[in-house]
Amino acid sequence: MDPELVKLAIGGLVLLGCIGLFFGIGLAIAAQKFAVETNPLIEEVLESLPLANCGGCGYPGCEGYAIEVVTDPNVPPNLCFPGKEAVAERVALLTGKKMTAVEDTIAVVRCSRIEGRVSHKHRYIGFSSCTAANLGYGGPSSCQYACIGLGECAEACPFDAIRMEENFPVVNADKCVSCGVCVKTCPKQVMEIQTMKARVWVPCSTRDLGKTVTGVCTVGCIGCKMCVKVCPADAVTYEKDLVKVDHKACLAYGSSCEEICVSKCPRDIFRHYQGPEIVARDGVSGLKMAG
Amino acid sequence: MAPTLTFPKGGVHPPESKKLTEKLLVEVMPLPAELEIILGQHIGAPCTPTVGKRAEVREGDLVAEVKKGLGVPLHAPAAGTVKAIGKSSHPIRVSAPSITLTVNRDAPPREWGVADWHHLDGQALLKKVHDGGLVGIGGAGFPTHVKLKPPADNPVDTLLLNGAECEPYITADHRVMLEHSAEVVEGARILLKILGISECYIGIENNKPDAIRSMTEAAQAASGADCRIQVMTLEVKYPQGSEKQLIEAITGRRVPAMALPSSVGVVVHNVSTTKAVRDAVVLDKPLIEKVVTVSGRGINRPTNLLVKVGTKLSDIVEHCGGTRPELARVVMGGPMMGFAVSSLAIPVTKTTSSILFLSDDELDTRPLSACIRCGWCLEACPMGLEPKEIGIYVEAHRAEDTGQFGVFECFECGSCAYVCPAKRPLVQFIRLAKMKAKR
Repeated sequence: MDPELVKLAIGGLVLLGCIGLFFGIGLAIAAQKFAVETNPLIEEVLESLPLANCGGCGYPGCEGYAIEVVTDPNVPPNLCFPGKEAVAERVALLTGKKMTAVEDTIAVVRCSRIEGRVSHKHRYIGFSSCTAANLGYGGPSSCQYACIGLGECAEACPFDAIRMEENFPVVNADKCVSCGVCVKTCPKQVMEIQTMKARVWVPCSTRDLGKTVTGVCTVGCIGCKMCVKVCPADAVTYEKDLVKVDHKACLAYGSSCEEICVSKCPRDIFRHYQGPEIVARDGVSGLKMAG
Repeated sequence: MAPTLTFPKGGVHPPESKKLTEKLLVEVMPLPAELEIILGQHIGAPCTPTVGKRAEVREGDLVAEVKKGLGVPLHAPAAGTVKAIGKSSHPIRVSAPSITLTVNRDAPPREWGVADWHHLDGQALLKKVHDGGLVGIGGAGFPTHVKLKPPADNPVDTLLLNGAECEPYITADHRVMLEHSAEVVEGARILLKILGISECYIGIENNKPDAIRSMTEAAQAASGADCRIQVMTLEVKYPQGSEKQLIEAITGRRVPAMALPSSVGVVVHNVSTTKAVRDAVVLDKPLIEKVVTVSGRGINRPTNLLVKVGTKLSDIVEHCGGTRPELARVVMGGPMMGFAVSSLAIPVTKTTSSILFLSDDELDTRPLSACIRCGWCLEACPMGLEPKEIGIYVEAHRAEDTGQFGVFECFECGSCAYVCPAKRPLVQFIRLAKMKAKR
C-alpha cells in the first residue's frame, strides 16, 4: 500500500477523532451547565396516567396534569376520569395527597329531538360538521337548542364512546370515561356530564319560551318551573331559562319524595334516570344511551 | 371622463343583477301592524329598554339606550303601544332580545322640523349623531359617532363616502344617491365639520352613471372655500365597497393589517349613513327607517322600499305580492356577504340593506368536493390570503393552526368561495377557523 495514502487515512482519522472529542467534551460541559432540573416524581406520575391526553382533567394533556398535581398542593389526585379509581389511588400514593372518592360519571345527551319529532326548518348544504351547520341560521333543526346530528361529538370523542344512530348520538357506557370533550365540542351544548347515581334527569336543554317549544317539539321543556316548586330538597333550579338538577342535594334527600318532580312534570320530560340504559316513555329506543 | 379607480389585488365580477330594481323609485311601505325592535342592532353592548310594557310611544321616541360601553340608543319607528319585551327572530343569532310594538296606524306621521346646523360646533353635532341612534347602515353596524372621534395620535385628513354598492342585486344606496343627492352632500358637510377637515371623496362604481352625474352636480354646488367634495368614479369590481379596498382605490393608501382606517388618516362612511346623519342633525329625526332592496326572482314584485326598522320580512313579502313557487333561498344582505335565513318572522334592523328571494337558477347548490389546488381563490382574494389552505386545515381538524395564514385579516367578502370550481364553502371554513384559531 502506498505509504502516502496510509498517512492520509491516519491523518483524517486523527482529525475527525479530535473534532469528535472536542464537541463531545463541549456537549458534556453544556449538559452539566444548562441541566434542567426535573422532578422524578412528575415522570412517575405521568407513567401512571393513561396518556390519552383527553384534557378531561382541565389541564393540557396528561403531562400538564402530572406537573400540576405534583407541584400544586391544591390539585386533587382524582381528576383523571379515564383512569378511574386505580389511577387516582396511584397518584394519591405518589403525591402523598389524600385520596377522595371518584364519582362515577357519564356523558348524557340532553335532547329528545327524535322522540319530540322536531322538524327541519331548512336543508343544510355545506361542510358536514355541527359547528359549521350552526353558523347557518342556527342549524337545520326547527328547535334552536336541539342536537344538530352531524356527529361532531362522535368524531371528537377520544375514547370512541359515541356513535351516531339515525343522526343522534348514543353514548356507550362501557367506553365513556366522562372526559368532557363532547361537552366542549357540541355547539348546542346538549352534552352534559352527570353522575351515574342520579335519580332524575331532563333530556332537553331548550332555553326557549314555552310557546316556541310547543311549536317545534312534542316533548320539550316549556319552562313552567313545576319541578322547581315541588322539589322538597330544593335540588331543582331554573337558571338562565334552563332546568338544572343538583344531584348531590337530590341524592342526599333520598327517595322519600318519591320523585314528585317526575310525576308532576306536565310534559313528562322530567324523568327517572335508570342508569345508562334508558328507555323513553313510549318505548322508542331513540333515547337509549348504552349500546 | 376621468379614469376609473380600483384596488390593486384580487377581486371578482359576479353578475350584477341590478336591472331588477335600479330604475324603480323608492316606495314608502305602509305601516305594518306590529314592529319588532331588536335591542342589539349595532356592534357593542345591546340596549336596555327605557319603556315598560303597555307604554305609549310616539314616532321617534327613545325606547332603549346603552347603559355602559359602546353603542347608540334606539327609537320607536312608529307611534304605538309596547306589546312585549321579549325575544324575536334574528338573522344571525336566530333569536335575540327585542321590544314588540303594536303600531297605531291611525296616528298622524310626526312632522320633522328643519333646523339650521351651521352655528353648532363639532361637539354639539356629534351629540346629535349619537342621540339619533346612528350606526353604519351599509352592513357593519359600527356606531357612527365613534368613527367620528378618531384617536388623537392619528389625525384624519380625508373623508370617504362609500357609494360603491359593489354587491350584486342591491340598489338601495344607488336610489338614495339619485333621489337624495343634496341631502347626502349636506350630510358630508356635517361630517367634515365634525371631523374638522375639508377634503371629501365620494366613491361610486361606474355601473351607476346617473348617480355619478347627480352626485357630481350636488357636490359641485356644495363645494366652496371651506370644503372640497369630489365624486370619484370606480371600476365595477367586487369588493370595491370594502373599507380597506375603497381607501386604497381612492387615496392609494394601504391600511395595515388589523389596523383601522384612521391609521392612514381616513374615515369612511356609507352614503346612506351620511344621509341619515343629515336627517338626524337637520330634522332631529333619529334612524328609524331605511331603504331596503327587495329583489331576486323568487318574489313577485322586486322593489326598493323605505321600511321602518322592525318591519318583519313576512309583512314585506305581503307588500311585494308574495313569493313565487321557484323561491329557493331567502338571504338577508347581499348574495356575497349576506346570511341565508329560514324564517320570515325576522325583523329588519338598522343594518339590513337588502332582502333577496333567490330562485333555484340564481343559486349554485352543488355539493362541495375536495380542493384541487387550482389557486383561483388566491387570485381572487383582495387581501392576498390563501383561502384554500385555511379550508384544508379546517377539514383536517387543525383550525387552531390557521393564524399563520392571516385568517383574522379576512373580512369574509366571499370572492374565494365565488370563484372556487370545487364549490368549497371557503368563507364557512374561515368562520370556523376564526372561532378556533389563536390571535
